Amino acid sequence: MVTLQLDGVGAFHGRHLTISGISTQAFAGGEVVAVIGPNAAGKSTLFKRMAGLLGGPGEVAVAGTQRGTSGICYMPQDPPTSAALTVYESVLLARKQNASWVVHDTDLAAVDEVLASLGIADIAFRSLGELSGGQRQLASLAQTLARDPEILLMDEPTSALDLHRQMQVLSLVRDLVRQRGILAFIALHDLNQVLRFADKVLVLAGGRSRGSGPCKEVITVDLLRQVYRVDARIECCSQGSSHVIIDGYSAAGGEIPHRAG
Amino acid sequence: MPLPDSSTRHGYRAVVRRKRLLLGLLALALLCSLLLDLALGSVRLGPWEVVQALLSPDSVPPQARVVIWDIRLPVALMAVVVGAALSLAGAQMQTILNNPLASPFTLGISAAASFGAALGLAFGLRLLPVAAEYMLPLNAFVMAMLTALIIHALSLKRGVTAETIVLLGIALVFTFNALLALVQYFATEQAVAAVVFWTMGSLTKATWGKLAITTAVLVATLPLFLRRAWALTALRLGDDKAASFGVDVRRLRLHTLVLVSLLAAFPVAFVGTIGFIGLVGPHIARMLIGEDQRFFLPASMLAGAVILSLSSVVSKILIPGTIFPIGVVTSLIGIPFFISLILGSRRRAW
Repeated sequence: MVTLQLDGVGAFHGRHLTISGISTQAFAGGEVVAVIGPNAAGKSTLFKRMAGLLGGPGEVAVAGTQRGTSGICYMPQDPPTSAALTVYESVLLARKQNASWVVHDTDLAAVDEVLASLGIADIAFRSLGELSGGQRQLASLAQTLARDPEILLMDEPTSALDLHRQMQVLSLVRDLVRQRGILAFIALHDLNQVLRFADKVLVLAGGRSRGSGPCKEVITVDLLRQVYRVDARIECCSQGSSHVIIDGYSAAGGEIPHRAG
Repeated sequence: MPLPDSSTRHGYRAVVRRKRLLLGLLALALLCSLLLDLALGSVRLGPWEVVQALLSPDSVPPQARVVIWDIRLPVALMAVVVGAALSLAGAQMQTILNNPLASPFTLGISAAASFGAALGLAFGLRLLPVAAEYMLPLNAFVMAMLTALIIHALSLKRGVTAETIVLLGIALVFTFNALLALVQYFATEQAVAAVVFWTMGSLTKATWGKLAITTAVLVATLPLFLRRAWALTALRLGDDKAASFGVDVRRLRLHTLVLVSLLAAFPVAFVGTIGFIGLVGPHIARMLIGEDQRFFLPASMLAGAVILSLSSVVSKILIPGTIFPIGVVTSLIGIPFFISLILGSRRRAW
């Protein structure tokens, strides 16, 4: 089974160390790990460091992968592109990277399957430049999934999606993780989605780790106050699942004077 | 066009068939243009006569044989090879700099190559210690390379946008044009005439030897691009995405720039600066065939070759008996055609 553990991990952006000293327990295949934290906490930087795109101190210890580092698939936040490529071509391209020119039936079958599973076969032949933000995000997700990941690093994959698509995408990722023993790290802002879909959570703030472990143990009212500077409750709904309810926020930290409702 | 799930694979196959057909049509257009180019001139030859002279030279009168093989064929083929090389160079510059305005001409690489060649021509200055006969192309290459590296170094700086690169390119064009003028100022009258030849661009001095060298450069660099077709296509999805696919973005950019400099320098050294092919060729290819580099690369080359070959035809028929400098023709004819294509295109690639 694939595992990943962070040991004192930091990352350089230029000459600056933007994240440092991040250590975690070993996460294992079949788990969805949510990476959460306020803006500029270092989530994207950590993903790039884990994907090997940035250097830095510490060790990203990966074990049990079949394909070494090529099994680690990183899905960055997608900038708009003007490339004259269709969705289908972009997904095929992701799959064939570092492979031969020849496109086999198995490649096309894999692309078909990914597009169908995300429900975007109808935009397969649309140009990337014509897509809406949400469609672009789904195309990007399709590109990532088409590479048969063993470890998935997804940077805010649902930020541009409507509620239905968010549920669809996160359910799909969780099912893939369970079926194929993938280890998925997903940066998310919606803590209710985290509580619903993630098994574990890694909290970042100011470029450092503020805790990791099972969601219900780590996401506490105190943590929300310290990391997000919000006054919140965590309550059980009528269907038995936990929800974060925000009551107010602090302008400067510490005191929480602004109460909603 | 929305398609049901099960037919996406078939849809893709149909798209690939259409792209292959378009490549075939471009190749056919090139062949027709080449034959026309060979038939036209002060001695008019029929198409059948041209084909006969090419296939069995002994079966045609000696005059036709000499006209075709010794005079017209090197020039006509040079148009094809130079068009293909410049268009390929432009396509790859646009890809790696993620910029629709990038081309050897607009970013000053052609101007730098002209300056390098002019240094050799006017003062016999060799930028590399090589034999005199290779001085011009290698001078051109060294200057083209230096310019490409300056552009590359700047494109790596943070906060540098596509517009900044183009502005820098314009600055480089003006700089090298000024330096070229300085060379002309200090050069002898004879050397000035030769230098002016570069600034106009002309295929008439093509020889089999020059054609062989330019073709060799094109043939040598093409497989290096084709081998990286998937990686180059991935660059158009953005640096982060390409890197996430496992592409070494920095190395790919640097290697491509070196190859582009080679591709731009040799045509410039032999036929002078021919503008806009490197800009227009890739745009036409992109509109026709998209940016999957497995198809985009051959399409760019074919489009560039067709444009320059047709320009060569037009340069002969504008005023019968006179051959216009090809650089002037590509600009005068090519640009209005290009603008009409862009304005008429429903699918904007950039």
